Amino acid sequence: MKINVLLLLVLFSACKQEEKLQIEKNDLVKVQETNVENRDLTVYNFDELEPLLNKKEDKIYVVNFWATWCAPCVKELPYFEALNEDYKSKNIEVLLVSLDFPKQYETRLKPFIAEHKLKSEIVVLNDVDSNTWIPKVDKEWSGAIPATIIYNKSKRAFYEKSFNLEELKTEVNKFLK
Amino acid sequence: MKKVVKVILLLTIVFGFWSFSKSEKTTNNGYKIGDVVADFKLENIDGKMVSMSDYKEAKGFIITFTCNTCPYAVAYEDRVEGLNKMYATKGYPVIAIMPNNIEVKPDDNMESMQERAKEKGFTFPYLMDKGQRVYPQFGATKTPHIYVVKKTDKGNVVKYIGAIDDNYQDANAVKNKYVEDAVNALLNGKDVIVKETKAIGCSIKV
Repeated sequence: MKINVLLLLVLFSACKQEEKLQIEKNDLVKVQETNVENRDLTVYNFDELEPLLNKKEDKIYVVNFWATWCAPCVKELPYFEALNEDYKSKNIEVLLVSLDFPKQYETRLKPFIAEHKLKSEIVVLNDVDSNTWIPKVDKEWSGAIPATIIYNKSKRAFYEKSFNLEELKTEVNKFLK
Repeated sequence: MKKVVKVILLLTIVFGFWSFSKSEKTTNNGYKIGDVVADFKLENIDGKMVSMSDYKEAKGFIITFTCNTCPYAVAYEDRVEGLNKMYATKGYPVIAIMPNNIEVKPDDNMESMQERAKEKGFTFPYLMDKGQRVYPQFGATKTPHIYVVKKTDKGNVVKYIGAIDDNYQDANAVKNKYVEDAVNALLNGKDVIVKETKAIGCSIKV
């Protein structure tokens, strides 16, 4: 993929300035579309999601509930992405649980994921009976997003708040012995 | 004299510990079921100030924290209007309060609230929580967030906290109409059965 882009760039630089701009634009659009197609979204109800909140492997799991329409969620996404990238060697898995509306999966969520090149694992939770499942995520959760769980085999913490990168790393570090 | 010093010392320790434990606690300090709600005086979209005490005839209120910008709140706009149409004449009017910081969410400012109310034909007051002092008293954390209160001799007592119903996506697929059930029970002089529910919403912007 990278080589292709490079080749294209070399090709473009040989073209006239105007054409180059035109082609690059088209190419960008194409790349986005392919990404959208490639990224399959798994849509779960809560029963299906629940095992992902209770994994027993020897890892630290960071689960963030978010949606594209939630401004503070979007603001903190890069920190979860950074955590996913920087802490890979530390046996940490980030899971982003989107609460976007079903009618916006194709029109909004998928393009958003492609545009922001999100690399963490993403699943979608579509379960309207929130009064049943919210307390199963955490008793203290009022239902406001963003919300985050950090857990491992023996310990669990829940946060109904927004994070900055430093705070997020501080909380995760508490799980690193 | 020694005694006084001792008492002061003790009080300092107790209060110190109390304030420490309070700051450590992250749980909600807002109203619980059975609490008496303090009245408020907030500006409505028509420029007038509104308090619960203005409603001499009311038996209670459906207090709804909502806003223009949260998709969940928007999904419930028509249903909030429906509740007011159904219950205002029966003594349980809706009072909507917009709790967000408009510097963070400019589209929730007074002009936008007026526009939205006009577009949707709101028949209930839509108040601005200017200075954001009222929502923390209630302990509201998100929009939409509903408090049904009943007027009693003691004051307005919280009888229900939570969601309007159990399906934000489709009003026709709702199985449990939590707020309606609560208000109906109160109108019939009965206890509210489901007193608290949880629902996803947008965090109130501070």
